[in-house]
Amino acid sequence: MIAWLGRTLTGVVSTFVESAEELRIHRTRVLLSLIGVAVAVFALTTVLGAAAVAQQALDESNERGSGRPAMLSASLFTPSGEPVDADAANAAWRSAAERHEIGYESRVAYGTLSAQFVDGLSNVDSTVVDVDYGVMHRTAMQEGQWFVDGDEQRFAPALVVNRPFWEKLGSPPLATHPTVELRGADGPVTAVVVGVVRTSDYETYPRSFALADSVDRFGLVPEAYLAFGYEAWVPIDAAEELAIRLTAELTAALPGTEASVNRQDYLSWGGGDPLLVLKLVVAGVAVVILLLGALGLVTISLVTVKYRIREIGIRRSFGATSGRVFFSVLMESVVGTAVAGGIGVALAIVAVKSPLFEQLVGQGMVEDFPPFPLDAALIGIASSVLVGALAGLLPAVTAVRVRVIDAIRF
Amino acid sequence: MSIISLEGVGRTVERPDAPPLTILSSVDLEIADGDRVSVVGRSGSGKSTLLNLLGLLDRPTQGTIRFDGAEVRRLSDARLARLRGASIGFVFQQFNLLPGRTAIENVMTPLLYDRGTAFWRRERLATEMLGRVGLGERITSMPDRMSGGEQQRVAIARALVRRPRLILADEPTGALDLETGGTVMALMEEVARETGAALVTITHDPAIARRAVRHLRLDAGVISPLDDEPGPGGTSPADATAPIGAVERAPLARVAATETDEVLA
Ligand SMILES: Nc1ncnc2c1ncn2[C@@H]1O[C@H](COP(=O)(O)OP(=O)(O)O)[C@@H](O)[C@H]1O
Ligand SMILES: [Mg+2]
Repeated sequence: MIAWLGRTLTGVVSTFVESAEELRIHRTRVLLSLIGVAVAVFALTTVLGAAAVAQQALDESNERGSGRPAMLSASLFTPSGEPVDADAANAAWRSAAERHEIGYESRVAYGTLSAQFVDGLSNVDSTVVDVDYGVMHRTAMQEGQWFVDGDEQRFAPALVVNRPFWEKLGSPPLATHPTVELRGADGPVTAVVVGVVRTSDYETYPRSFALADSVDRFGLVPEAYLAFGYEAWVPIDAAEELAIRLTAELTAALPGTEASVNRQDYLSWGGGDPLLVLKLVVAGVAVVILLLGALGLVTISLVTVKYRIREIGIRRSFGATSGRVFFSVLMESVVGTAVAGGIGVALAIVAVKSPLFEQLVGQGMVEDFPPFPLDAALIGIASSVLVGALAGLLPAVTAVRVRVIDAIRF
Repeated sequence: MSIISLEGVGRTVERPDAPPLTILSSVDLEIADGDRVSVVGRSGSGKSTLLNLLGLLDRPTQGTIRFDGAEVRRLSDARLARLRGASIGFVFQQFNLLPGRTAIENVMTPLLYDRGTAFWRRERLATEMLGRVGLGERITSMPDRMSGGEQQRVAIARALVRRPRLILADEPTGALDLETGGTVMALMEEVARETGAALVTITHDPAIARRAVRHLRLDAGVISPLDDEPGPGGTSPADATAPIGAVERAPLARVAATETDEVLA
């Protein structure tokens, strides 16, 4: 048994040694054919990796807009068009949220603040929210931080602003607690900028987030203009049922008011993967390159085998079995393409993780660049090994069919 | 002890547009450990075919070959390949060194097919063997940078590195000049003697043939002794049909010494 294992191990190792030596001897020829494989694997893996980054960028941007899945959005309205009683609505929402143990929920309203910049008074679009909104929308910060519990108690209301807003203030370090003067119900109010959100380069107008309680307390937006909706971040599985229940409960709790609760996160949009076509096209191109690389490899290894018929005959005369010849030739191809594939994958990782590429795909907006996807790397290596095995099969069969006595012709 | 025996062995090949060609017919031959056999014959007389059969590279169409008592017919191709690797060493007229590999890589090649400890010790074994054939200083040389004699010495080292019981040499001096041929033969005989291997040399050079102990002749596929089977020490063939050249042993020995000195210098 042990002797058998020893012989088998020696057989396996010596086959590898032989193949590696063959590769070394024929390196120029092999190298040329492997460049194609490396390029194809690089392309394939880069596409898969880049798609993952692009997907992440898209998801994050969607999450910033409409919240993380599953995000329920509740809106309240009266058939007559009269304003909804805000206090009653808040109370009904809070109690419903508590009843269903919803961990993250926020009021959401859109209004306009009047801010005093050096060049005059400006109207600034504002999203009026509760503290949880930051987590629910994965709001990424460039400077400072998002609101924290207690910010609504401040004597000077806290503001989170976008980059154009911050730049209008002269980009002051947030550690210096920069302030901006807003117009409140009873005259000017000094607000403190606590954070600057990460802002896409396309956004050029000032924008801000304010806490609903602060807006209320200082009358930063005339009450008549504010129409609150509510958002709740809930488990995806429970979303559908919760939407139905919340609709019923809010309607019941607020007579004369209608409620509508719907999912609004990007996963509920349907329509499939917007990047799918792009992914398929580029992956298709990569597969074609890979097949061309394989074809080149087959041709070159066939030529190599023909050229080496005499060598194979010599090896066989020194005791190489036909199985051994088969595996050596196959292994040469597989070892070669696996190395080429590894190089292709390594280059793809370098390319996809390079700051240049991340900037290009992420547009400065991606918070968490995903690690290079393992499955992309594995697919790259696996396809190169597969190509090597396929490309090596024909030459290996040819090599086995070499008749020793013809090959060495004494 | 007998290594290989041929009993009534024939080899016939089918030809597409002609009747089957009989290359060898009813060959009886036995090679024992330490034998020194030479086979002479005209070109096309079937010498290489006989060597292929002795080397387990080919199977007979008639008769029986036994290797170590086992009937070759019953052994699988893979088994024959292993047997060949372990027990037989080939030396070819055209050296047949693997191009692009250094001398030591060539000598290590047979050890790649050893499934025992020799594989793991291949570097040392090959180095020792090259030292033995006087190429200790040239182990990393490429064959195309070596003279014919040196290349054939690498080939001898390669044939002997697994300590085969049987060395088959097909026209080993055919591509060498007279003096170098003598040196190479002397070396091969010496190393064969050290390892106790049998040596079968195919040649059409009578001087080379005469170095053996048993002298055979192939004529149109039929084998016959060139002389009465001599006993040990009976080195002088009494043959009238094949002219034995005028090359004497003494000058050859002297040449051998000279070339070895040159290598070592
Ligand atoms: N596979 C084959 N098919 C047809 N003819 C062959 C084959 N092998 C050898 N021969 C012929 O058999 C004869 C003997 O060949 P060979 O053994 O190589 O002779 P030698 O080595 O003595 O010159 C030659 O005429 C050769 O052409
Ligand atoms: Mg011949």
